[in-house]
Amino acid sequence: MSETGHSLLFVLRVVLVREFLAAFRKRQDLANPLVFFVLVVVLFPLGVSPEPDFLAKSSAGVVWVAALLAMMLSLERMFRSDFDDGGLEQLVLSPQPLYLIVQIKVFVHWCLTGLPLILLSPLLGTMMHLPAEHLPILCLTLLLGTPTLSLIGSIGAALTVSLRSGGVLISLIILPLTIPVLIFGTGTVLASVDGLAVGGYLAILGAILALTFTLAPLACAAALKMSVAS
Amino acid sequence: MNWTFFHKLGSPKWFYDISTRLQPWFAAIGLLMLTTGAVWGLAFAPQDYQQGHSFRIIYLHVPTAILAQSCYMMMALCAFVGLVWRMKIADMFIASAAPLGAAFTFLALFTGAVWGKPTWGTWWVWDARLTSMLVLLFLYFGLMALRAAFEDSEMSAKASAILVIVGVVNIPIIKYSVEWWNTLHQPATFKLTEKPAMPAEMWLPLLVMIIGIYCFFAAVLFSRVRNEILERERRTKWVRQIVETEASP
Repeated sequence: MSETGHSLLFVLRVVLVREFLAAFRKRQDLANPLVFFVLVVVLFPLGVSPEPDFLAKSSAGVVWVAALLAMMLSLERMFRSDFDDGGLEQLVLSPQPLYLIVQIKVFVHWCLTGLPLILLSPLLGTMMHLPAEHLPILCLTLLLGTPTLSLIGSIGAALTVSLRSGGVLISLIILPLTIPVLIFGTGTVLASVDGLAVGGYLAILGAILALTFTLAPLACAAALKMSVAS
Repeated sequence: MNWTFFHKLGSPKWFYDISTRLQPWFAAIGLLMLTTGAVWGLAFAPQDYQQGHSFRIIYLHVPTAILAQSCYMMMALCAFVGLVWRMKIADMFIASAAPLGAAFTFLALFTGAVWGKPTWGTWWVWDARLTSMLVLLFLYFGLMALRAAFEDSEMSAKASAILVIVGVVNIPIIKYSVEWWNTLHQPATFKLTEKPAMPAEMWLPLLVMIIGIYCFFAAVLFSRVRNEILERERRTKWVRQIVETEASP
């Protein structure tokens, strides 16, 4: 520990623990996106067609779109409470790199939103008549895709955190950027259903994740500094 | 190297003066070339042996599509300049260019749909080129929505600069979509490194249209930026002087 403050690892651990604690104190907020996720998926068989053939074909897309929307819904709370109580300013002012602090916050967001979605997806895939042998592929695409959604979403959340009406705006500016993830996510499952090799698709999803993992926190940190300066 | 010219660029007054002189030229050349290109392309260029007359919409479709992407690249450049050198004028360019870019993207999509109906038999297909252009349209809309949400112009400038730079990832996707994926959309009409696949009497009017539309874009952009300058710098002395001289008979 140096004279100027705490070591980097110590700060990151504090942020990590604090994020989890703060999230678990508002448990209902954690459940809401998941319920929303299930509800959106349920709308399709009821609203479009309950035919097993149709559902099997559209299952990957429906689960992916629902997951995307559920992630969007949960983005607003990523920085909101920290911004309101001034904690965000402290994080920006801290001598440790904001880039890594953002990574931690995004990681926690993914653990609390993306991960439960992945755990729920085999159930929803089965309800949508996706053949059981393709369920692992669906989970794998979500495992590679949802962290990307959290990372891209963090930029939108950071840009709009100082605005009173952030909700719709986040989706409006972030959804266009998430379309490639959606295309390759559902493309993988469709290729698997058609009996094609999925390695290439997964590699692209992984590449997008690697790209956003390195670059998105930069943009997010810049946006946070902008929002805090107001 | 002498960087004075570069710092001059950041001065709204300097730009106002130079654009006042340049704008009529761009407008005149743009309108002249657009008229020439349109008449040449629509009435005199030979028919396509497969598509007949329907191919002629290329003279609107290709220029608007190229400009839609160029406009975004220009905005990205301005965003970078604005973030690094804090030039006020960079954000004025972004503010003025975003609705123009959205309009040109819409025109490119619309003319593409009109062209698609006779040649592909459908208004719209979900192919990579079309989808990525649609994404570009939504990027423009998102940017405009974000700008409108901020009351403070300095924050709006920074936020939109970050968003524009993030959105740049879509540009190579649009550009190479026709090469990376097997799409219904044909490959690029013009490439810098190769001869076009059309005879000269077909691509020359297209080239005239493209240059014309760039000039037209510059002319419209300049007048929008000048409006923006007058509005944002309304408290400065030189703007007041301009207003006073224009107002007095």
